[in-house]
Amino acid sequence: MKEIRVCAGGACIASGEASVRDALVKALKEKGLEDKFKVVETGCMGMCSRGPFMVVDDIVYNKLNARAVGEIVEEHLIKGNIVEKYLMELPSKEKVKEAFKEHPFFSKQVRIVTRNLGQIDPRSIDDYLERGGYKALEKVLKEMKPQDVIEEIKNSGLRGRGGAGFPTGLKWEFAAKQKDDTKYVVCNADEGDPGAFMDRAVLEGDPHSVLEGLTIAAYAIGAKRGFIYVRAEYPLAIERLTIAISQARSRGFLGKNILGTDFSFDIEIRIGAGAFVCGEETALMASVMGLRGQPWPRPPYPVEKGLWGHPTVINNVETLANIAWIINNGWQEFRKYGTEKSPGTKVFALAGKVKNTGLVEVPLGITLRELIFDIGGGIPNGKKLKAVQTGGPSGGVIPADKIDTPIDYESLTALGTIMGSGGVIVLDEDDCMVDVAKFFLEFTVHESCGKCTPCREGTRAMYEILDRISRGEGTMEDIDTLEELAQVVKETALCGLGQTAPNPVLTTLRYFREEYEIHVKEKRCPAKKCRDLISYVIDPKACTGCTACKIVCPTHTIEGELNKVHFIHQDNCIKCGSCMDICRFDAIFKVSPPITDEETDKAVEFYLSSKNS
Amino acid sequence: MKKAKSILWGEKMDKRYQALEAYMKEVNYDPSLLLNILHKAQQLFLWLPPDVLKFIAEKLNIPISRVAGVVSFYNFFSTKPVGRIQIKVCLGTACYVKGGDRVMERFLEELGLQEEGQVTEDGMFSVHAVRCVGACSMAPVVLIGENDFYGRMSPDKVPRLVKKYKQIAEKMKQEAGENA
Repeated sequence: MKEIRVCAGGACIASGEASVRDALVKALKEKGLEDKFKVVETGCMGMCSRGPFMVVDDIVYNKLNARAVGEIVEEHLIKGNIVEKYLMELPSKEKVKEAFKEHPFFSKQVRIVTRNLGQIDPRSIDDYLERGGYKALEKVLKEMKPQDVIEEIKNSGLRGRGGAGFPTGLKWEFAAKQKDDTKYVVCNADEGDPGAFMDRAVLEGDPHSVLEGLTIAAYAIGAKRGFIYVRAEYPLAIERLTIAISQARSRGFLGKNILGTDFSFDIEIRIGAGAFVCGEETALMASVMGLRGQPWPRPPYPVEKGLWGHPTVINNVETLANIAWIINNGWQEFRKYGTEKSPGTKVFALAGKVKNTGLVEVPLGITLRELIFDIGGGIPNGKKLKAVQTGGPSGGVIPADKIDTPIDYESLTALGTIMGSGGVIVLDEDDCMVDVAKFFLEFTVHESCGKCTPCREGTRAMYEILDRISRGEGTMEDIDTLEELAQVVKETALCGLGQTAPNPVLTTLRYFREEYEIHVKEKRCPAKKCRDLISYVIDPKACTGCTACKIVCPTHTIEGELNKVHFIHQDNCIKCGSCMDICRFDAIFKVSPPITDEETDKAVEFYLSSKNS
Repeated sequence: MKKAKSILWGEKMDKRYQALEAYMKEVNYDPSLLLNILHKAQQLFLWLPPDVLKFIAEKLNIPISRVAGVVSFYNFFSTKPVGRIQIKVCLGTACYVKGGDRVMERFLEELGLQEEGQVTEDGMFSVHAVRCVGACSMAPVVLIGENDFYGRMSPDKVPRLVKKYKQIAEKMKQEAGENA
């Protein structure tokens, strides 16, 4: 029986996976092919912008709908012909199977953490076992002492994938050395960075790999109880983890005397409730204990005094998903990927102005250029790359001229940003750096827990300055104050959230200070993004008088008759951009600084001359 | 509040309280599971009325201030009533720019509501603004109930949706009436 794999990752579900699956099942039934093909719903396959997907005979069909499924069943499954129109663009049409392997999206990836994503049904423990699941746990419990496990992980050089990059083996060793009968392990699955979804994909697509990693960690440090702290926004992950835990218990991989040894361990799920700060380890522990998720000062570190005062190891989802692979393949094999100081791979979530948005796993040390242009397919609509934002609200921007930097913990820190959880947001020439900084500061103001003054007041003060600058009301002194404030918050805030919150400000100031100064001095937004500093204008040469913009304008500020050139009255314009979105003739453009109605002719003249030159 | 109390603490103890108590019993009244318990309570009651917080505090044997402190800290918990069917209009950056606010206004108008968060008189509908739901390519986006997702919305698509969900609401009311 052949397998047909359908991607049931978050993005594919949102783009209609259920109807594709139903159509497939129905078509197989109608054609009497039920005995020949088995439909498997898998975790995220990574190419989220092209869903829904299905894979049969190593051929990936993308952007599917119910009708496409019918054609593929008829042509491919029955007649054996590849249906070209549902394939992605490939370098060669002759040898389709080889072409998939050569496509940089696939060929540059190394799948360790995501080894089972897209391959197995996450709700089936048998699928996981078939792919070598729980072999590492068996090996650890039957052949290795806890100290051997710690040595193995230490030798591998694996570093925490949640952001800070602390060596995992060392963390385990500290906890193992603590003299306490009660110890805990916790999996941090509170993935809060907007734009990061790799942990969600792993939890939803391969939950057993996380359970196996956590159980091995527990054995290494001597813990009997473990927790997985999942954010409430991921109900599907919670559902699949719950299934996985009960399956693991019934097969003897969790519970008393695991695999007949005297090691006992069990895992509980704790659900978050929408607080970004709970991704910080001390706040997370407060939340696990059922308290307000406020951080406390370190030291003591969680490995000394964590949950209920006992030694606690907290590892991120992706870190734990590496563990079983390292045990099975050996640390030497792991070190073949990545760099000396940052071995292994990292999963990145590519988003923003890039063609292939989605989830990719690459060896550390790869350059941003390879990630964005080779794997990501470059910038859409012929635009130019301006900067790359990594690390979410705790990270910063990397300007386009530095994209040949290898991605590892140290290089990114040197550039002023962080690896973070792996969100990579690509920005093009239409993105304004003041606006980007403002966006992230708005987020941290909202998510600051309020316990320490530098973060609670400092982030708000920074946001207010950024808001002033974006409205063209800032002064040069504001820029200096902003920089000083950012430094103070970075040095004095209590926890990781506050200490890293200024990074978006500091990096944009470092690489794009000129852009801030233009906002202040010329009251102009070079990217034409900041609403208060732009105007929308109609190009009379291109306007056909189709009235589409007039109809869509929410404030009725566009004047014009059918087949005659239209005009935007600036006074009532709220700059929503609806007119520009709906115009099919490219007849609406933006100018900065903003203009009055009387200045329209001049603006048009300038626009046309710069367009022709 | 008085009216609510008579419903919640009436002679026939509300089934939802029984379900909540059963859940707390299942987790051994462990106060460290307060978040999970509050999730369960909000699932049952749709929001967290003061009486429910009191009930939880008593059963877990912890001060109500601790329960209230946790509830107010996390974004997910609501201490105001919400409709049986919640309409969530995304006002994240992408949706806002594409007119999510106008979609919001139209929903309020069609349902006869003054402001966001208010509940219709029959208790069936409330409209809420939400931050980015991660579906920016389909902006503006509206989520209705638990699972219904509408992308590329515009104000003139609102009346038809409201009509559709009013019918669903009527059915829900009838079913509730039959069960009572």
